[in-house]
Amino acid sequence: MQPMSPTIKVEELRKAYGELRAVDGVSFEVQTGEFFGILGPNGAGKTTTLEMMEGLRKPDSGSVSLFGESPWPRNPRLLPRIGVQLQASAFFERLTAREQIRTFASLYGVPARKADEWLAVVGLEDMAGKRNEDLSGGQQQRLSIACALAHGPDLVFLDEPTSGLDPQARRNLWDVLRDISAQGRTVVLTTHYLDEAESLCDRVAIMDHGRILQSGPPATLVRDLDAPTRISIETGTLTAEAARGLADGLEVTDDGVSLTIATRTPAPVLSALAERDALRGLSVRGATLEDVFLHLTGREYRA
Amino acid sequence: MTSFVSLSSAMARGFFRDRTALFFTILFPLMFLVLFGGLFKDAGASKTDILQIGAVPVVDQLPAEAAAGLDQVLAVTRTSDRAAALEEVRKGDKAAAIEQVGGELIVHYSAADAVKSATVRGIVESLVQQANLAAAGVTTPSVTMRAQPVEDQSLKAIQYMTPGLLGWAIATGATFGAALTLVTWRQKKILRRLRLSPVPLASIIGARVSVSIVIAAAQCAMFIGVALLPYFGLQLSDQWWAFIPVMIAGTLAFLSIGLVAGAAAKTPEAASAIANLITLPMAFLSGAFFPLDGAPKWLQQLSEFFPLKHLVSSMQDVMVRGESFAVTLPDIGLLLGFTVVLAGVAAFLFRWDDA
Ligand SMILES: Nc1ncnc2c1ncn2[C@@H]1O[C@H](COP(=O)(O)OP(=O)(O)OP(=O)(O)O)[C@@H](O)[C@H]1O
Ligand SMILES: [Mg+2]
Repeated sequence: MQPMSPTIKVEELRKAYGELRAVDGVSFEVQTGEFFGILGPNGAGKTTTLEMMEGLRKPDSGSVSLFGESPWPRNPRLLPRIGVQLQASAFFERLTAREQIRTFASLYGVPARKADEWLAVVGLEDMAGKRNEDLSGGQQQRLSIACALAHGPDLVFLDEPTSGLDPQARRNLWDVLRDISAQGRTVVLTTHYLDEAESLCDRVAIMDHGRILQSGPPATLVRDLDAPTRISIETGTLTAEAARGLADGLEVTDDGVSLTIATRTPAPVLSALAERDALRGLSVRGATLEDVFLHLTGREYRA
Repeated sequence: MTSFVSLSSAMARGFFRDRTALFFTILFPLMFLVLFGGLFKDAGASKTDILQIGAVPVVDQLPAEAAAGLDQVLAVTRTSDRAAALEEVRKGDKAAAIEQVGGELIVHYSAADAVKSATVRGIVESLVQQANLAAAGVTTPSVTMRAQPVEDQSLKAIQYMTPGLLGWAIATGATFGAALTLVTWRQKKILRRLRLSPVPLASIIGARVSVSIVIAAAQCAMFIGVALLPYFGLQLSDQWWAFIPVMIAGTLAFLSIGLVAGAAAKTPEAASAIANLITLPMAFLSGAFFPLDGAPKWLQQLSEFFPLKHLVSSMQDVMVRGESFAVTLPDIGLLLGFTVVLAGVAAFLFRWDDA
């Protein structure tokens, strides 16, 4: 890997709303071209952190630097270089999708034709003539992302970009975001979805109660966890008793729907199951960020 | 510059697609004009009604020109029923009844309305004198009297109401437009989104200014167009278009009031309430709905503090009283000064965000 300069540098960031410490001493760096994810449940402090980075909120203490400059107070040198999709979409009243994106694009000096292309990128060309009040939640979400990207920013902030999207739209958006990232742009995204973070991000920070619990590439986090693989088959295919006898040190649970065997050496267990022709409804699941979260917080992850 | 243009057009589209806003800014004030213009159509100069009993040669034989002059101030109804005529005067339905018996002109009046009866007596006296002079052979009297009603007395209702209601419409439109844009844009996070773009605050305010001026121009076109219809019969002075600068200055003044209201309020409801609280009483106290000439002195003095008073009176001056543009200059100066002060207050109170 080449030495990279940090595009974002966040140090000891803190923000309290009254008694509530929404962000409580957060530090991290994001390198140029990196795809960085902040993962955490509701109220973890993701949006607050992002808004302080964007220059929308003044930190109580700590510092943010983007491209070596402070985003607070409103910094006109930074603004053309960053693109922001806010968690709550913001649109002009009674304008059509096409008018919205053209208006936003023109604020950055981007011509209408280029703005229109972005409608197609997020799959809204058929909706171009509809007013934003008449778009569905997911369509508004996609429009909002297109508006954030239309001026080709070097640094993109996305606050839960896929919330409210159907699975198809979600996959399509992932492709769009991978393209953006492949063009060398830096992307910071927050999400509830562990699979999203795993599949998109070069690096994730797991956040809860205003603090970053751990950060690193998703694969490393999972590997370091050294969690067992879970093998599930349909209940009734094999008794729990029989399952425990397959190998040493197996942890077996049966919830009445499926029987789950947790093991660190899945290969022998799988072949033993195959020998007994007990593979009905088989699924094998390695450790995920969910397990990392569970391990870090001691509670089940609920998005 | 492009951001100013695109924001203006976004704002203008938002406004012209909002039926409620369109109704309240343009149609609603226009309804007042149509209603009052129709109601007071014939209530021109306040003439004094009198009765003429039988033949009154002094009046009947007036030269055409003098008769027309008399017509402007007196509405004379002829009757032959003397008793009924006197009864009408007694009841106060008519200001006076005149009859001529030989060389004597008798004015029957009731003391109930001193002003009107005095008017009639004065006019009749001048008629008698003229008749005497003529009888004495003086054809060109060294001094003549001409009854010339002044100012608002002479303005037909529509003449007075068009600039008055138009001034009120412009004031309301500019105040509400600015206040509601500011609050809704803040509440709907549009300001927050704009704050993230490189658009200068000046472009956002500039866009609102230009849209407000376009709306004010549309209001003027509608008002003047309707009032000019023969049914209403507005008559514009030669230099009527000289009202445009004062109209723009007035729009700016009320826009700045709206910006203060919008910066101070958190919700559109609160912004509307503040805007109403400011513009509605001001309309009554500034002579936008009815003339203040008959109002108490303190009220007339108080009205000088209201920007609407200056807007309306200057618009009346140039649109219907035939004054020149120069007359509006002091009012333009006052309105602009007012704008600068309030815009400063608004800038001080301005927030991008309510979080
Ligand atoms: N403007 C505010 N005033 C008071 N408290 C706030 C405000 N904004 C956020 N909070 C609180 O701060 C905490 C962190 O909020 P934040 O929006 O940053 O969480 P989040 O991780 O983005 O959550 P979500 O996943 O629901 O978007 C929450 O407990 C929230 O209630
Ligand atoms: Mg959030």
